[in-house]
Amino acid sequence: MPLSLIAEQLLNGLQLGLMLFLLAAGLTLVFGIMDMINLAHGSLYMVGAYLAAAVTEASGSFWLGLLGATVATAAVGAALEVSLLRRLYARSHLSQVLATFAVILIANEIVRMIWGSQPILLNPPPALAGPVQVGSVRYPAYRLVVIGVGLALALLLWLLVSRTRAGMRVRAGASDRTMAEALGVDIRTLFTAVFALGAALSAVAGALLGPLLAVQVGMGENILILAFVVITIGGIGSIRGALLGSLLVGLLDTAGRAFLPFLFRKMFPAAVAAEAGPAMAAMSIYMLMVAVLYFRPAGLFPARG
Amino acid sequence: MIEAVLRVSGLQKRFDGVLALDDVSLELARGELHALIGPNGAGKTTLIHLLSGALKPNAGAIALDGRDITRLGMHQRVRLGLARSYQITSLFPNFTVLENLALAVQGASGRADRERARAELDAVGLGPRGEALAGTLAHGERRQLELGLALATGARVLLLDEPMAGMAPEEAMRIVTLLEALKGRRTILLVEHDMDAVFRLADRITTLVQGRTIASGAPEEIRRHPEVRRAYLGDGMMV
Amino acid sequence: MRDTLRIPLRPRPALAVVAMLVLLPIAALAAGQPFYLVFAARVLIYALIASSLNLLIGYGGMVSFGHAAFVGAGAYTVAVLMPMGIGSAWLLWPAALLAGALLALAIGAICLRTSGVTFIMMTLAFAQMAYYLVLSLQVLGSDDGLALPKRPSLGVLDLGGDTAFYYVALAVLLAGLLAMRALLNAPIGRALQGIRDNETRMEALGFATYRLKLLVFVIAGAAAGLGGGLLASLNGLVGPNLFNWTESGLLMVMVILGGAGRLIGGALGAAVLLAAEELIAEHTIHWPLGIGVLLLAIVLFAPQGLAGLARRVGSDP
Ligand SMILES: Nc1ncnc2c1ncn2[C@@H]1O[C@H](COP(=O)(O)OP(=O)(O)OP(=O)(O)O)[C@@H](O)[C@H]1O
Ligand SMILES: [Mg+2]
Repeated sequence: MPLSLIAEQLLNGLQLGLMLFLLAAGLTLVFGIMDMINLAHGSLYMVGAYLAAAVTEASGSFWLGLLGATVATAAVGAALEVSLLRRLYARSHLSQVLATFAVILIANEIVRMIWGSQPILLNPPPALAGPVQVGSVRYPAYRLVVIGVGLALALLLWLLVSRTRAGMRVRAGASDRTMAEALGVDIRTLFTAVFALGAALSAVAGALLGPLLAVQVGMGENILILAFVVITIGGIGSIRGALLGSLLVGLLDTAGRAFLPFLFRKMFPAAVAAEAGPAMAAMSIYMLMVAVLYFRPAGLFPARG
Repeated sequence: MIEAVLRVSGLQKRFDGVLALDDVSLELARGELHALIGPNGAGKTTLIHLLSGALKPNAGAIALDGRDITRLGMHQRVRLGLARSYQITSLFPNFTVLENLALAVQGASGRADRERARAELDAVGLGPRGEALAGTLAHGERRQLELGLALATGARVLLLDEPMAGMAPEEAMRIVTLLEALKGRRTILLVEHDMDAVFRLADRITTLVQGRTIASGAPEEIRRHPEVRRAYLGDGMMV
Repeated sequence: MRDTLRIPLRPRPALAVVAMLVLLPIAALAAGQPFYLVFAARVLIYALIASSLNLLIGYGGMVSFGHAAFVGAGAYTVAVLMPMGIGSAWLLWPAALLAGALLALAIGAICLRTSGVTFIMMTLAFAQMAYYLVLSLQVLGSDDGLALPKRPSLGVLDLGGDTAFYYVALAVLLAGLLAMRALLNAPIGRALQGIRDNETRMEALGFATYRLKLLVFVIAGAAAGLGGGLLASLNGLVGPNLFNWTESGLLMVMVILGGAGRLIGGALGAAVLLAAEELIAEHTIHWPLGIGVLLLAIVLFAPQGLAGLARRVGSDP
């Protein structure tokens, strides 16, 4: 197997991992701080992708599309929090599951009403359409930019959470809500802000992945489950855990998809290998989660002591 | 000759590197009421967790009737006749008082015997409250039921963690009377801060301070023990 | 003596509902809508499956997010055995039940070591593994699934007719609900609900909680496997999506919608959800929007689910 192929797959894995992190960060904070299971998080990712496509189409600029989608989705997230989710914090996880499942159905249908059932197109900026040479690897320029943006946002988020007053409050909230309240943190505003931030990050992920995957109804559901896997592996409420979990899952998934069929070809007929490879790769993610949870039920970096 | 029903030797428990219990040894003779006293944070509840199987020790051994039970799970120890009550009340709020007790009867014996549950209800002084949901009880009643659950298992050896905590004096008095009636019939390890009750009830007393037993003996010995007096001076409980 | 946990059998409403269900095929045939019988049979089967999940979630506090795996196991068992020449439902359905039970035993033995959110994610993980495994196995038809040569037979009863199938599904559901009620009213049912409310204390009262939960997990898996076997027999085909997490999610939604921890919660949720889908879909292609709004209304205004709502309304003078 050529070394350049391995390098390329590593980059792909890093890219998927970073995008997963953008989704997982908001999810883990909402879960950790508000003890809220939000299945609708994937819908915000979908809404972000659609809005990015719409604004890009209207303005002719992908970057304007990205910016517009981020701001608008943050607003949608805040509105969702204030109007509905806020009423669910005190309720059981079961009620939260039912309510946010309902939100998925509603969001999917509204998107379908506006944009139709067919996937819509979101083109990367033309300047980034071609490949560039990275060492010995020719790699799509756009994917490199996605990695760059992902890394920058991960760093920014880490600085925000670990180095600012607001971040300290968020961490206090994630590890002990009553304690945070006793410290005089305005929980209501904090929750709304965290939720809007999570929505904005999902929108960025949706917009950036739009040109690589399809922008279509239901795109949020499967990635949502992956994001839940990520935050469970990492430890619910932990940004550090979300980052590590995302990278683990991203790399494992990509490596599995790329190399398992390769491996299987040596053992099985080609057709079998082609079928089994990707499925086995997907399976490996869940095996990883079971292994982690079996030995560390609270994940790799539990936020609550 | 005293016969040790419960024998604890060299028990040690560490939490994140901090020693909560250090080389604790203890023997309960059949039918005795053995009080365990000590200031807050001494490790009394931790010892009960270890004896009941809620926690596993880092070192040491526990034997019930000569049989090593150190590695057994909680429910297995109950089946062998060793039950506990909780310092922080732990009930089934959606079950009635009687149903709570019926569960306790069922747990230890494997059979749901409502008649026995009713008998336990009267024994613990909650006779008229059998039909009330446990979640609606007043604090004192909740403590009575907490104790009742441990009694209803029918266990020969009882580990009682501050059964009178937070009770009004007359309620506490009822528990003291109840325990007095049990004396001799069951073997009891009683953790209690109320020294009047302890000295009235106990056959022997062990004092735990910072995870170590500093004294063990008859009530009169403990009352005069210089180290015990020193440990308690700040508390002003033993004048 | 007051017995708050005992699930009463209210003969009058129960018989009324059963009578309605028994008369339904006659009404459907009279109205010239016989194809509704297949739909009705599907509802009955989902009612059984959702009830088995309700036993776990509502009564055992075990929020399983992988219940679809047991359904899938039962369905594929039937689909694999039929082409081997086994055509009798007397063999196929017990085999489906056994497949669900065995898979539940394996998954439960591991997952029940954990609790809370970890348990939810562990059950999800195993179901997803099963999903991808089926997807990758060509002998199981990969993503095309398998088709059954015909419907199984039940001795003299030919299940090829939709009416016959409907009545068999109804009988299985009623038997299942009665068995569930008996289980819950028995001491083991008390113990199960005690574990749901306060597992540590149950352990301290002498209950082998892990073993008890595993037993109930296996019972629920068996019922779900049987449901899967019925579903495969009814539809004549099985696909890997039976295992997918969306299917587990749907079952969970049925339980919460109907009322977790109410005997008929699962059945009610399945019936209302599937019927609402069918009804709204007749009027608009955007029917999921209607379902979404309905579910949201239930969460906000009927926190105990439909069964809880019915009880509240029923007890008002
Ligand atoms: N799970 C735990 N993790 C870490 N430390 C613990 C844990 N449980 C108890 N401790 C510590 O062990 C020590 C003994 O606690 P324990 O509850 O046994 O005291 P106690 O004698 O029962 O006190 P009290 O009279 O207040 O009930 C305390 O310092 C406590 O903080
Ligand atoms: Mg204590």
